[in-house]
Amino acid sequence: MNVMTWALALIASLVLSMAVLSPAWAASGAAATATKPAKPVTVDIRDFAFAPKTLTVAAGTRVVWTNRDDEPHVVVSAGNQFATSRALDTSDTYAVTFDRPGTYTYYCAIHPMMVGTIIVQ
Amino acid sequence: MRDIEDHGTEGRRHFLKCMAWAGAGTLWMMQGGVLRAQPLTAKGAASAADASFGFVQISDSHIGFHKAPNMDVAGTLRSSLAMIQAQKVQPDFVLHTGDLTHLSRPEEFDTLAGIMQDAHMGKVFYVPGEHDMIGDNGAEFFRRFGERQQPGGWYSFDHRGVHFVGLINVLNLKAGSLGSLGADQLAWLKQDLTSLSPDTPLVVFAHMPLWPLYPDWGWGTDDSNEAVSYLKRFGSVSVLNGHIHQIQQKVEGNVTFYTARSTAYPQPAPGTAPAPGPMKDVAPNDLHRYLGIRDVRHVQGSHALAVTDEVMA
Repeated sequence: MNVMTWALALIASLVLSMAVLSPAWAASGAAATATKPAKPVTVDIRDFAFAPKTLTVAAGTRVVWTNRDDEPHVVVSAGNQFATSRALDTSDTYAVTFDRPGTYTYYCAIHPMMVGTIIVQ
Repeated sequence: MRDIEDHGTEGRRHFLKCMAWAGAGTLWMMQGGVLRAQPLTAKGAASAADASFGFVQISDSHIGFHKAPNMDVAGTLRSSLAMIQAQKVQPDFVLHTGDLTHLSRPEEFDTLAGIMQDAHMGKVFYVPGEHDMIGDNGAEFFRRFGERQQPGGWYSFDHRGVHFVGLINVLNLKAGSLGSLGADQLAWLKQDLTSLSPDTPLVVFAHMPLWPLYPDWGWGTDDSNEAVSYLKRFGSVSVLNGHIHQIQQKVEGNVTFYTARSTAYPQPAPGTAPAPGPMKDVAPNDLHRYLGIRDVRHVQGSHALAVTDEVMA
């Protein structure tokens, strides 16, 4: 082992021991996340499309769809992974909080060629 | 076009004339699978008078819609029904090819039913549009307007020698798909047509176009090819659809496809706007030019269906 490898090993073990041996530090980190959730992220429904079409968010994020079209739209999970919205008329919104990581494909029940994806990390 | 002209028959030249006249008050005659047209003149009126029966198609009433270009869709539906009542020969029945309502709300269904009742429309055959299916997979629609022949809601009937088929292509739609008929309905359709002689005139109606009219906007039905394959052995097939709020036609052998105007608001021609949806910029005074009804007459003995589209006066 050369000096560089030793240094890396030392840093790695220090980081590891901090995580394992300092539950207070870890807990305070988690609490900070829980009390300060990420701001809601918006998806616009405009011109018969979801914008952005693919959205990546952190777990716990609230996603809010807003219909900007004169046509109604309905947000439906392709795999029945979250509840279906009511018919969203112009300016109506619908929100879902995504707690679990995963890929959520959804579409419009009335215009099924409209497809979007939420990636939760 | 030249190719068609070079090999064309008299009937095909007539067809090309028809295309030029589409939607401008033309009497459409389909005889032996060839479309023929004549302007609405005394001659046309005489042909209509000879018909053994007629019916009217209306579509896309969107009761509940209340934005530009039409703040009064109930009013324009009433005007459409008044046009039907003004016909010289009263139609035997009316077909409504879907999107009765905008949002499937009970009060919207109430309004539509009330308007039809007030106009004494008599028998109306309905098929649902996707706007009638929201939230309950069409339970409310089928309860009020269903024919209750098949569990899936599709149906057929015979009227004075013509076989009518009402199909449903707005249920169980999947992400990324167009309209869909589904295996159960296709199996039923095949069976329903089996015993019919090829010279039986067929009228097939459904909400979404039963041909790939403009898939980029969702204007088509994923498994329509299968359904159309069952229709090809018949000498006279007319397919009547709604959904796109404008007149479009296509001829495929003996099968002629038509989409109808809406009684509520127009949508743009395929690809002429960023997206489908109401044409908001139509001036109130011009709206009536985009709305209307379709009269269809069956001429006894000739197996002809005369299709006339009328805009609101």
